[in-house]
Amino acid sequence: MAALKPSERMKIPRQPMPEQEPAQRAANFQEVNCGYSAEAASTEACRCLQCKDAKCVGGCPVNIDIPGFVDALADGDLSRAADILFADNVLPGITGRVCPQETQCEAVCVRAKKGTPVGIGYMERFVADWARQHRKDLFEPPTPTGFRVAVVGSGPGGLTCAGELAKRGHAVTVFEALHIPGGVLVYGIPEFRLPKAIVHAEVETLRRRGVEIVTDVVIGQTYTIHELMKGEGYHAVFVANGAGLPVFQGIPGENLKGVYSANEFLTRVNLMGAYRFGETDTPVIKASQIVVVGGGNTAMDSVRTARRLGASPATLVYRRSREEMPARVEEVKHAEEEGVVFRMLCNPLEVLGDDKGWVSGVRCIRMELGDPDASGRRRPVPIPGSEFEIPCQVFIEAIGTKANPLLTQTTPGLQTNKWGNIVVDDNNMTSIPGVFAGGDIVRGGATVILAMGDGKHAAAAIHQYLTTGCSGNGRAKLNAVP
Amino acid sequence: MFTVQEAQWLTPKVRRLLVRAPRVARSHRPGHFVIVRVHEGGERIPLTIANSDNEAGTITLIIQVVGATTEKLCALDAGESIANVVGPLGRPTEIENFGHAVLVGGGVGTAVIYPQAGALRAAGNRVTAIIGGRSREYVILEAELGAHCDEVFPCTDDGSYGYHGFVTARLKELIEERRDVGAVLTAGPVPMMRALAGVTRPFGIKTIASLNPVMVDGTGMCGGCRVTVDGKMKFACVDGPEFDAHTVDFAELTDRLSTYRDQEALAWNRLHEFTEAGAAARCKMRELEEAATGGRPL
Ligand SMILES: Cc1cc2nc3c(=O)[nH]c(=O)nc-3n(C[C@H](O)[C@H](O)[C@H](O)COP(=O)(O)OP(=O)(O)OC[C@H]3O[C@@H](n4cnc5c(N)ncnc54)[C@H](O)[C@@H]3O)c2cc1C
Ligand SMILES: Cc1cc2nc3c(=O)[nH]c(=O)nc-3n(C[C@H](O)[C@H](O)[C@H](O)COP(=O)(O)OP(=O)(O)OC[C@H]3O[C@@H](n4cnc5c(N)ncnc54)[C@H](O)[C@@H]3O)c2cc1C
Ligand code: SF4
Ligand code: SF4
Ligand code: FES
Repeated sequence: MAALKPSERMKIPRQPMPEQEPAQRAANFQEVNCGYSAEAASTEACRCLQCKDAKCVGGCPVNIDIPGFVDALADGDLSRAADILFADNVLPGITGRVCPQETQCEAVCVRAKKGTPVGIGYMERFVADWARQHRKDLFEPPTPTGFRVAVVGSGPGGLTCAGELAKRGHAVTVFEALHIPGGVLVYGIPEFRLPKAIVHAEVETLRRRGVEIVTDVVIGQTYTIHELMKGEGYHAVFVANGAGLPVFQGIPGENLKGVYSANEFLTRVNLMGAYRFGETDTPVIKASQIVVVGGGNTAMDSVRTARRLGASPATLVYRRSREEMPARVEEVKHAEEEGVVFRMLCNPLEVLGDDKGWVSGVRCIRMELGDPDASGRRRPVPIPGSEFEIPCQVFIEAIGTKANPLLTQTTPGLQTNKWGNIVVDDNNMTSIPGVFAGGDIVRGGATVILAMGDGKHAAAAIHQYLTTGCSGNGRAKLNAVP
Repeated sequence: MFTVQEAQWLTPKVRRLLVRAPRVARSHRPGHFVIVRVHEGGERIPLTIANSDNEAGTITLIIQVVGATTEKLCALDAGESIANVVGPLGRPTEIENFGHAVLVGGGVGTAVIYPQAGALRAAGNRVTAIIGGRSREYVILEAELGAHCDEVFPCTDDGSYGYHGFVTARLKELIEERRDVGAVLTAGPVPMMRALAGVTRPFGIKTIASLNPVMVDGTGMCGGCRVTVDGKMKFACVDGPEFDAHTVDFAELTDRLSTYRDQEALAWNRLHEFTEAGAAARCKMRELEEAATGGRPL
């Protein structure tokens, strides 16, 4: 394989991802993308030019050795491919599915300049899925160090940090508020995009590596951070509790029956399994017409979930234009194929209700793009007199989240910024020595791989702090060595 | 898993469970609640922690059967277990010395005010409890409250025990008689709390109501528990569940509580039609229904 000339490689077209037919998948919750066959994966691997100065690596927030694992895949050495991948990314089966590759690794792949980039995410997924089935343990059990670290939150940030710390021999306990670990991966991102079985398998791998995961514990309520470090004897803490407080637009009618935050809607359906109401006990309101407001992944997941619950039409309302939607490009394409109606350049003004207090529609106004704002995107401005109504029985707000104050409020001395996000130094250490933080609680709503990058970076810093008594910034630790 | 250590019926529809949950017991303060998921696939429901014992590592839950989940929970016996119990959640009651503090509990709401009694007494208050039920057998925790209160006034709608009438009427009399009531803390059915806010408002007495909206996560993540207080949106699970009753939009709360009525009825029917336990429970419920008229959920 390696004998292929670059010109031959250039001739191979990008291997398409096999997927369920739109009409079929719009009525089920099974995964849309079916995954590469071994043949497609190795063909795709041959498209990679094995660049010396591989730009793709820099485009990945955790700097996976992409040409390395792709080369192993092209050689048919899946075991080696998995080793390379797992060395930099403990959850490749997840990132291969949900990373916004088009703005990260694949955006800077040289092949993107002339045609289509190498399908890095698809191959990553392929190798991870293979490893899940064929490789029971990818890790050597390390010698225990005697240090104990508590991790708050079991989203991608917390899980990654826990895995990295366990690899170095520290005893790690992850505390999770919900009854199942995984964070947004289990309560937010739907089954049809990221099967829960994959998250559970990744969590099991961590458990086998000695990570203890304790659900049903809310840090800030069940224990404070200070109690973890004093009474419970943890030598360091990593906080990755996410940015889970939903924002409402503040328009009239938001408390009508039938208005959901995307978090509530998705939690009911994904985490609580409301799409199988009957087998499960948590209900979700049934509606024939649903409107979702927002343009990110959360909005896209909500509207596609609504579609699968039978909404027709399931309408997405977004105040900018399609090009500006922050959602993954693939999700936008899939949503459209599934029959989601896009109403771009309009914004809800009011939720309308009937005389029984149920949602009956939304009143919107059309927008046009004005001058660029601070983010460089053209600012949407309302067109006077252009109001119109969309009938619906359920209205879902997916306009963002902010920092949940539950933990920060009960942690005196923990510095936060004006949005309530935790402030950290270059080593992800907070204003409290020994307490580190990362992921959405630091960045605001970001991505899975950025949260994982933080978890990985923080684990290295925590390791240094525990073993040398200093964080990289020279701040001494307070807790005694065991 | 969280083991049930003791279980007993307090009234035909209200059960007390003593549950092993050491982490929760450890940091429980009056006003806190837990979220419970009875079994895999079950829904998450909020329940007040009626009592806790840190040394024994246990908490007490007092649950009224109003639907499928509470029924399944109340079907548990000592030795059986609950899949998930998370907490303590919510803000604890703000305990102050009000001089004379009056606790008003309606139905199972009495379980919510019960833990407040001891704390108020310890803070130097004179503590009076007014507790109501449909009839004598629905009045709960009278003796337990007696241990922490200066006076306890049971009330029944049918006059079968104690004061004949609603707790709100008894409260009004008490306020007028004593003229020293510094604060009223209440929990119970929404119409009761709403009426009660109307009683205390003209007297300008500080009134705190413990609200019971539908919840899912209990950590501020979903916003499903939002209520309007003083014209502002609040999340009851993290900002409450206790709020100034004079500024709560009770009409909205009542309306939002009816959101899942159809699905709740479905779940109830399913539980009762398709399982043997359900069939037995249905018989029991029918007896109860005959014994009393009209439902009175919290
Ligand atoms: C619907 C949706 C779709 C998304 N789609 C994508 C996508 O396709 N690609 C992508 O890259 N990103 C996506 N994102 C963003 C991504 O999921 C997040 O950036 C990422 O999950 C953040 O990880 P985290 O570890 O910081 O926190 P989270 O994943 O939010 O996890 C935090 C965890 O901490 C727990 N917790 C909170 N408070 C406490 C406490 N006090 N004590 C104990 N536990 C606590 C929470 O229950 C949760 O389990 C999406 C987000 C949403 C909501
Ligand atoms: C902070 C708080 C403390 C509570 N403390 C107690 C207590 O100590 N003892 C007790 O018996 N009850 C208490 N409740 C009420 C209890 O949570 C509901 O009775 C229970 O959820 C009903 O579930 P169900 O399936 O049996 O009934 P359903 O058939 O589902 O519903 C019956 C009634 O309960 C309401 N309800 C349904 N689901 C929820 C939910 N997830 N959260 C809140 N309400 C819901 C419905 O609106 C309806 O009025 C409390 C509620 C809150 C919010
Ligand atoms: S982790 Fe994400 S960004 Fe990095 S290589 Fe994989 S898909 Fe690309
Ligand atoms: S930039 Fe593209 S072609 Fe070059 S090594 Fe990376 S994936 Fe392969
Ligand atoms: S129950 Fe979800 S925010 Fe309160």
